[in-house]
Amino acid sequence: MSGHALLEIRGLRARVGETEILKGLDLTVRAGEVHAIMGPNGSGKSTLAGVLAGRDAYQVTAGTVTLDGQDLLGLPPETRAARGVFLGFQYPVEIPGVGNLYFLRTALNALRAGRGEEPLDAIDFLALAKEKMKLVELDPAFGSRSLNEGFSGGEKKRNEVFQMAVLEPRLAILDEIDSGLDIDALRVVSRGVEAVRGPARAIVLVTHYQRLLDHVVPDVVHVMAGGRIVRTGGRELARELEQTGYAWAGERGATIPGEVRP
Amino acid sequence: MTTAQQLKELTEQRYRYGFVTDVEADAVPPGLSEEIIRLISRKKGEPEFMLAWRLRAYHHWLGLEAPTWAHLRIAPIDYQSIVYYSAPRSKKPLGSLEEVDPEVKRAFEKLGIPLEEQLRLAGVAVDAVFDSVSVATTYKERLAEKGIVFCSFSEAVREHPALVEEHLGSVVPATDNFFAALNSAVFSDGSFVYVPRGVRCPMELSTYFRINAKDTGQFERTLIVADEGAQVSYLEGCTAPMRDENQLHAAVVELVARDGAQIKYSTVQNWYPGDAEGRGGIYNFVTKRGTAHRGAKISWTQVETGSAITWKYPSVILLGDDSVGEFHSVALTNHLQQADTGTKMIHVGKNTRSTIVSKGISAGRGQNAYRGLVKIAKGAAGARNHSQCDSLLIGDRCGAHTFPTIEVRNPTATVEHEATTSKISEDQLFYCRQRGISEEDAVSMIVNGFARQVLKELPMEFAVEAQKLLGLSLEGSVG
Repeated sequence: MSGHALLEIRGLRARVGETEILKGLDLTVRAGEVHAIMGPNGSGKSTLAGVLAGRDAYQVTAGTVTLDGQDLLGLPPETRAARGVFLGFQYPVEIPGVGNLYFLRTALNALRAGRGEEPLDAIDFLALAKEKMKLVELDPAFGSRSLNEGFSGGEKKRNEVFQMAVLEPRLAILDEIDSGLDIDALRVVSRGVEAVRGPARAIVLVTHYQRLLDHVVPDVVHVMAGGRIVRTGGRELARELEQTGYAWAGERGATIPGEVRP
Repeated sequence: MTTAQQLKELTEQRYRYGFVTDVEADAVPPGLSEEIIRLISRKKGEPEFMLAWRLRAYHHWLGLEAPTWAHLRIAPIDYQSIVYYSAPRSKKPLGSLEEVDPEVKRAFEKLGIPLEEQLRLAGVAVDAVFDSVSVATTYKERLAEKGIVFCSFSEAVREHPALVEEHLGSVVPATDNFFAALNSAVFSDGSFVYVPRGVRCPMELSTYFRINAKDTGQFERTLIVADEGAQVSYLEGCTAPMRDENQLHAAVVELVARDGAQIKYSTVQNWYPGDAEGRGGIYNFVTKRGTAHRGAKISWTQVETGSAITWKYPSVILLGDDSVGEFHSVALTNHLQQADTGTKMIHVGKNTRSTIVSKGISAGRGQNAYRGLVKIAKGAAGARNHSQCDSLLIGDRCGAHTFPTIEVRNPTATVEHEATTSKISEDQLFYCRQRGISEEDAVSMIVNGFARQVLKELPMEFAVEAQKLLGLSLEGSVG
């Protein structure tokens, strides 16, 4: 069922300024899989997401990251995007005066250009956008509004998932896509994520809570603590965490029974 | 990140209109004197009233000092080293397309302004001004059918002297200010528009200004008169070669909107801005003003991306009751460019309304100032103004400044002023890049979004051009 190793992280260390946040992280994500990365605040989950997408603020000091066997760390963010990396932001930015759909079409055509494909014309793009907006129950009026400007928290998250559905990334990293969502919004976002799920793609859900995982059932669950993955298991691990909390993860080297993948 | 090498290439490439056309010129010797003014007037075959008007302006100018109140650093200008008149030489009088020097025609083609009507954008008539003279005006006959006069200023002086004499200097007097007085003394050409009562001009009118000759100043004058109930939309564009010396462009634009008339005046200003080290570029010192009579509307829209220095304040005198004035501006300064620009809205009539939207963008070491005056006269009961001044900073070596002045002498008036300053954030850039959009394109997109409120006021054909121009002008501003 599982495909080849799409994303491979080995011994990744990264810091912000003088503070080391990722301290030798290993992770393999195969095509077709959905992984959940859970863990307490400050464990390095969002840093991992930012490092994978190429955010400047993080400095990688050791380790390797490959996508389809090719180095990712040496590439600027836009090239990573063209290779199929998508980051769903925890806090999507607002850009006044730039239309939501205009932005997305520019992005899609930039990605296509990066892959040597022809740009999608306005009519084909609109048809595609309409279909995907329906998927996340985003009102068509959002298309012409300024990017994320004045959107509610839930609308911003739906917009992220909408963008993901249009851009069809190979590796989608969704950073706390569930935070601040009510149960209806959570259901809609989950449906969007499920729609992107497919044998050629992989999804990494960075989340604090297990409730998202009731809707998007992960193949693998990891627990991060102190800048490393300290435990890996199936989806039952998420439930267990819901019961026990993360207190244990604070202790370095704590051993909890569970399957550890290479 | 953009490397130093890429940055260098981009800044050197960014001005696409910097070429020089090799054309034989008929120029007067450098320097300014009564003799030179008489010579210019003679070359243009002007009636006596024009020469007298020029000389009055000149003698007034001699007693004036260049203004120093703007937030600008201006190197001293030697007015005796400037050539005040330069025209491409031609055997026959200019005006008909067949007479235009092929080199000049080619220059305009290179600028995307083909002078052959069949090649032009449908629905846009053009007056092409090359250095000191208008070389061609398109669609004149079609406009004449409606009684609309659209021609070079020189031709208007010859063919419609009464109209010119009535309105010349009626909005911007020859003695108005240092640069307006200089222009009045030596102006060589420009465009003239007259739209008769009740006529709605069926196409966009535009003038394209091109400076070509070295050491030459361009002093053009535009006069637009919209008679009662008439409507006209006018656009001007401008470019110049890349040179290490500064060149002076001191223009005057006068608009007269009679009762119920509407004039929409748009500018896309792309004079050579100088290089990345601030060498060369045009000094753009312009006086623009309109008088709006009862129920009339004057709307200024400007996109200012070029020039080493921009000093201009397109204004409206809201003379008649219920008249409306608008000012929509985007001014962009990159590298060492400086701009001090804004507007004056002078409310005289009752229930007059004005709107000011100013978007200043500063990048590199650019300095950008908004300077505005909203004046409500005693009799302007019920007058309203809304001003919005937004500044966007790119990088940390540029500056944005706002100098609004509000004078209210009528207690029933409403005046509102809003101002914001923002920066393009790292988060915005990263978000765009994560979606696959390069940093340069992201900056251009964010800037265009910032300016959208103004850009949408431009005639459609030019809005796209202006958008591209904003992107081009910013190249080399990030990294």
